[in-house]
Amino acid sequence: MSDFDEVRLLDVSRHFGRRRALSHVSLTARAGDILGLLGPNGAGKSTIIGALATLVAPTSGEIHYGGQRARALGDGLRRHIGLLAHELHLYPELTARQNLEFFAQLYGVHSGPAIDTALERAALADRGHEEVQGFSRGMRQRLALERSLLHHPRLVLFDEPFTGLDDHAVGIVAGRLRELAASGAIVIIATHDLDLADGLVTRVALIREGKLLSDEPAAAGLRARYRSVMGRA
Amino acid sequence: MFTRTALLVLKKDFAIEVRSREILYTTLLFALSCVLIFSIAFVKEGEPLLDAAAGILWIAVEFAGTLALGKTFERERYSETLRALLLAPAPRAAIYVGKMLGVVVLLAVAEALLVPLVALLFHAPLLAQPLLLMALVAAGTIGFSSVGTLFAAMLVRARSRDVMLPILLYPMTVPVMIAGVRGTSALMQSPADVPSAIMWIGLLASMDVVFMTIALWTFEPLMTE
Repeated sequence: MSDFDEVRLLDVSRHFGRRRALSHVSLTARAGDILGLLGPNGAGKSTIIGALATLVAPTSGEIHYGGQRARALGDGLRRHIGLLAHELHLYPELTARQNLEFFAQLYGVHSGPAIDTALERAALADRGHEEVQGFSRGMRQRLALERSLLHHPRLVLFDEPFTGLDDHAVGIVAGRLRELAASGAIVIIATHDLDLADGLVTRVALIREGKLLSDEPAAAGLRARYRSVMGRA
Repeated sequence: MFTRTALLVLKKDFAIEVRSREILYTTLLFALSCVLIFSIAFVKEGEPLLDAAAGILWIAVEFAGTLALGKTFERERYSETLRALLLAPAPRAAIYVGKMLGVVVLLAVAEALLVPLVALLFHAPLLAQPLLLMALVAAGTIGFSSVGTLFAAMLVRARSRDVMLPILLYPMTVPVMIAGVRGTSALMQSPADVPSAIMWIGLLASMDVVFMTIALWTFEPLMTE
């Protein structure tokens, strides 16, 4: 059984050569949380996302998924992880439908109705037969979002999910994230856009230079809090 | 799950190639140009250089294969789709096998054109022992692709990947090329030196097993950052 309702970083550090991307980070996210990893560029947010996605191995420390280490849970753990990164993980030469079908099959999802639903949610139901390379950034982003959620992951990891989206699309994505959290997913978003995070995240982890400066429930006045913590560090 | 994932990756690469035909055309054109240029250099007054055909066949395969490897992984780099593949709930080595099979199929198509062309231009009796030649070429192609796929995947995020791939790949595949050339030369003798050819095929098969084992063993740790 590889499902879990909590993910925990325990004293995780990650070095790339002499560069310290993460330094002794301990953090917990639970089902229903929308945890915002906030910090400037190069703070280590993407490294945390990569480590949680099992794509980056910590140099030291451990990551527990519901009390068990990734190694103990095996390859099946990744069935419960959905990742939307800045790069959208779509094949531009394939159509929207072909992209979704491929990833659905990869995750063992019965593709028929799931694909139709995903295309509808991405507002691309009538453009499923078109190659992704002809889509705008916003359309690709919506498609990539649905691609990452095709297999109903427990842990949803978004790295800068609002890049290139207009206000309407941002609203749709934010609504989708709230919906996911309400359905019991653990949602973790890495962003440096405080305006978008404000009012969306339920918890905030402020990170700078690989160090966790603060981990607290979200409250009004996120920008002021961010300035205060970052300025103090 | 392993086989299913590998076949899915192969099928996906095939679907992309059917739509774009980019890698197939580039690889074929490069391989054919290579052989034609060698034929201009090494065939004088209708008489080819002795035993040149075997070497030229394998050089064309190696160069075209390097091009195909680079292009195949360039696709996975563009939208970082290799990371998405690595997130699949299957052994990561299955992704390696799927990508490798794609390169093998692509090279098999190139070889289906290269072999008769080399035979024609260099008056080489390459098709005298077709089954043994097929076994030799298949074993050599698998050996080359198994190492090449591992290196190409490793270098997918490296800035100097186009330079680094041949630098890493060619020294490692020298034994495959030597066995391929010597085996092909044995088959081209009149009469064909069948025992020697079988020995070279066996050697290539052994190398395939070693290379594949190492690649399957190291792929996951190498691909985890």
